[in-house]
Amino acid sequence: MIKIEGLHKSYPIGKDSLHVLKGIDLHIKEGEFVSIMGSSGSGKSTLLNIVGLLDGHDEGNYFLNGQLIKDLNEKKAAILRNKFLGFVFQSFNLISYKTALENVALPLYYKGMARKERLKVALDYLEKVGLKDWANHLPNELSGGQKQRVAIARALVTKPKVVLADEPTGALDSTTTDSVMDLLKDINNEGMTVFVITHEEEVAEQTKRIVRLKDGVIISDEFTNAAKAI
Amino acid sequence: MFDLDRWREIFQSINKNRLRSVMSGFTVAFAILLFTLLFGIVSGLSNSFKGAFADDAQNAMFVRVWKTSKPYKGLQTGRKIQLKNKDYEYIAEEYSEKIQYKSSRIYKNFFIKYKNEANSYSVMAVNPDHQFLEKTIIDDGRYLNERDLNEKSKVIVIGRLIKEDLFGERPAIGKRVNVSGSSFLVIGIFSDDGGDNEERKAFIPLTTAQSMYGNNDYISQVALGYNPDLSLDKAIAFGNQMERDLRNKMNIHPDDQSALSVRNMAEANKGIGQFMGILYAIVILIGSGTLIAGIIGISNIMIFVIKERTKEFGIRKALGAKPSSIVGMVVQESVLITTIAGYLGLSLGTYILSLIGNSLEEDYFIKDPSVSPEIVFGATLVLISAGLIAGYIPAKRAANIKPIEALRAD
Repeated sequence: MIKIEGLHKSYPIGKDSLHVLKGIDLHIKEGEFVSIMGSSGSGKSTLLNIVGLLDGHDEGNYFLNGQLIKDLNEKKAAILRNKFLGFVFQSFNLISYKTALENVALPLYYKGMARKERLKVALDYLEKVGLKDWANHLPNELSGGQKQRVAIARALVTKPKVVLADEPTGALDSTTTDSVMDLLKDINNEGMTVFVITHEEEVAEQTKRIVRLKDGVIISDEFTNAAKAI
Repeated sequence: MFDLDRWREIFQSINKNRLRSVMSGFTVAFAILLFTLLFGIVSGLSNSFKGAFADDAQNAMFVRVWKTSKPYKGLQTGRKIQLKNKDYEYIAEEYSEKIQYKSSRIYKNFFIKYKNEANSYSVMAVNPDHQFLEKTIIDDGRYLNERDLNEKSKVIVIGRLIKEDLFGERPAIGKRVNVSGSSFLVIGIFSDDGGDNEERKAFIPLTTAQSMYGNNDYISQVALGYNPDLSLDKAIAFGNQMERDLRNKMNIHPDDQSALSVRNMAEANKGIGQFMGILYAIVILIGSGTLIAGIIGISNIMIFVIKERTKEFGIRKALGAKPSSIVGMVVQESVLITTIAGYLGLSLGTYILSLIGNSLEEDYFIKDPSVSPEIVFGATLVLISAGLIAGYIPAKRAANIKPIEALRAD
């Protein structure tokens, strides 16, 4: 599903450049539940952004669903993101003036689905994350956990190949963290590839494979007990 | 390309961000309001100017003579030039195709008396065409006609104010007045837009005057109306040609303005046209300045708005929005706001102009201020393009920011 070979990425900082990713090789198969662990500055967010086509890379090859990602313009990237990827962000990134339902339906709008249909699909997904009754609430009327569940519903609504979650529990307390992780596990159990970035051990342990990143290189890549249990 | 979903997005965005929508709208509405008022007021000034020359016909020309100021062909300076009937006839014949109206004029000052009321008035002996040259408006009775001239009738057309002086409220038509000793029948009363002086005049038939006072064929002036089909430049050329021709015919030095000159309204009209042209140029300059200020205002607001929404655009792009869809959305929103606001400003401006109406005519020379449909159409076009530009440039930039940077924005 995701295949990365010798990936390098640098950011210019003034006259110098900061070498963030220093040759990453990673292969994630369909249906995997992978977490990328690392302290801040390890390059894990950069990796997710490149995987999520939110940012380009400098060197190396990246295959998404077998397709080589190279010289993408914004338009092509937008189409690929809409088709293959669902995003869950640490800060939820819901549009504040749209209701939960409208937020979930937005990716379908960009897919070109008719309004009636997309609202219906969006409502199904809200029901799936247990927020059907909150469909017409604005984001600021929801709790953090609820917002993140709306965001997850939004990530799933286009039936993507991969769900990318950047610190999905970073802004949540431990109870809601568990409920969000349970939701991600459910999604994975249904066969969806889930790619989580976190710096919390408890979160990582709930995934099936942990890739540890330090200073731009992978230092370990192992399956967890959760994976072995199955 | 009507996209209901797109409009829904836009209305939602406008509705959820009322303050900025109203603010950007206000800038444009205000600019257009000022623009409309400015244009309206200048058109009002222009109307007054045209009105100020309403005394005589727009196409009037006057052939005037006095004394020579230059010796010519052995003739001395100071020779008095006299126009006669034959000169009038020559002009009428020679230039018949270029002339619409023609009349001779003899100026006199007479005591006009009715019962116990008497006063000195300027009396002009003229041909019937003179009514159109002087733009004399007949309020009651009739003007002079050819028969009056043929029969050398002792009839008189008096100005509204003479009638008031001599007759007061009593009827004047059909009454006889004493003009310098002779009895004249009052056949008409006139008014004139040229002011009070013009309405303290009287007209009598040319032939009557010539036979009664001097028994000669002298005339003081020839008044003409050039053919209105002539362009201003051609009319001016006609006047100059006639001037040269008459000077030559009467043995006057070709440059002797004092001896014979043709006063041509076409020249004045051209002058007014040029003056109004300059005035309009200034107004267009100031008006476009106002519009540009409005456009810059809305551009500033749009830049701010788009900065504020950068994160939202980042989210939209992460969810699969193409840059074009974001640019399109912003531009459409901006055009919508500018168009509606501009229309409001325009309507308000037109309404204020209609309220002003003629109320400022007396003190400020602003008569019937209004804006023409062409101006309205042009301003609307400017508005829509302003909305396009104001939305497009910052939106294009925002849409091209990498989503990861846009998401980081706060």
